[in-house]
Amino acid sequence: MRRIAIFIVAYLLWCGLAWPYDQNHIAADGTGTAWDTGSLLLGLGVALLVAILFGGALTNKPKNLFNPLHIFWVIVYLPVFFYYCIKANLQVVYLVLHPDMPIKPGIVKVKTKLTSESGVTALANSITLTPGTLTVDVINDNELYVHWLVVESAEEDKATEIIVNRFEYFLEKIFD
Amino acid sequence: MSSFEVFLYVGIVVLMISIYLCMYRISRGPTAPDRTVAIDILGVILVSFCAVMAIITKRDFYITLAIAWALLAFIGTVGLSKYLEGRGFDE
Amino acid sequence: MSEIIAAILIGIGVLFNLFGCIGLVRFPDVYTRLQAATKCVTLGTCLTLGGAAVYGFAGGFGALGMKSLLCIGFLVITAPTAAHALARGAYKYGVKLKEPTVVDLYQQVEPQPTSIEDEETETA
Repeated sequence: MRRIAIFIVAYLLWCGLAWPYDQNHIAADGTGTAWDTGSLLLGLGVALLVAILFGGALTNKPKNLFNPLHIFWVIVYLPVFFYYCIKANLQVVYLVLHPDMPIKPGIVKVKTKLTSESGVTALANSITLTPGTLTVDVINDNELYVHWLVVESAEEDKATEIIVNRFEYFLEKIFD
Repeated sequence: MSSFEVFLYVGIVVLMISIYLCMYRISRGPTAPDRTVAIDILGVILVSFCAVMAIITKRDFYITLAIAWALLAFIGTVGLSKYLEGRGFDE
Repeated sequence: MSEIIAAILIGIGVLFNLFGCIGLVRFPDVYTRLQAATKCVTLGTCLTLGGAAVYGFAGGFGALGMKSLLCIGFLVITAPTAAHALARGAYKYGVKLKEPTVVDLYQQVEPQPTSIEDEETETA
């Protein structure tokens, strides 16, 4: 099961990178096909090799990859993430261009309820790309130390409420 | 030369200015982590440069280059930061 | 039409890159520099690649568009990870948080090594 999932993902990635579809391969009199069959077959071989060699090491929950509910929550999560990303960038641009640079940096501690490793990783990456925050370290799998550009509260609970809660709801649905 | 191409060349000039600012940070430091940060950012800006070049020349070759460069720069940055942390690569 | 959308995306992206680099030069210490640079430059590059993707799909260069989208995916995954590794590396290397810093809770669990003198070089 795990190897089949890796095989499908690797083959899709190959198809994206090699892009075997090209209108120019059709000859002027209509003969020939737009699909590059050699590339497609080579991709099958390479994906099979990757699945056999590395399939055991790459994912813990292969069923989640193709579960429609998980895919739905990923699609819901992307616009939310994009909104906060744009907001973060406008804030940073404002701070960069302001003559006095009104920054108040510091490292605060937040907690998360997520349990799976990939969930915590996704949360840390999301925090890094969003308003004024940068994950420095993860300890005991649920305590994140976050560098904050404009510290609003040094207390653990309030910081958790501000930084973590806006992503946790979606990531819980996706990864657990 | 269409106005779209002129726009792209202006974009390349702005990217050159960004690269100059990165170079300033690499040369001045003051500490080793500062330089590493600037090198990492330089790599990401070069990816952007490749994207603009791909549109100007209409060849997907440049984007292939950009993908390879992005992944290599990532591995290099992680290696350098592990070195800064002062321990081996085996953790 | 597709050229106008691509031009808007590329223009915004390139400007974000420039602002990120200005932040890299203006901010006081490693961590704030890392924040400004990582956020702005990652979004800027993603927008530029998005412009390339729009141009590629609309202009009949399917390979260019698809590779741009894949490159966006790689960047969004790798850039924050690299920033995270660099921040931790800089902290354990001994870079102090500079003047306006108000709080440092990480000090409790991971005491910093003795301060490293700024190796200020006067070459520019």
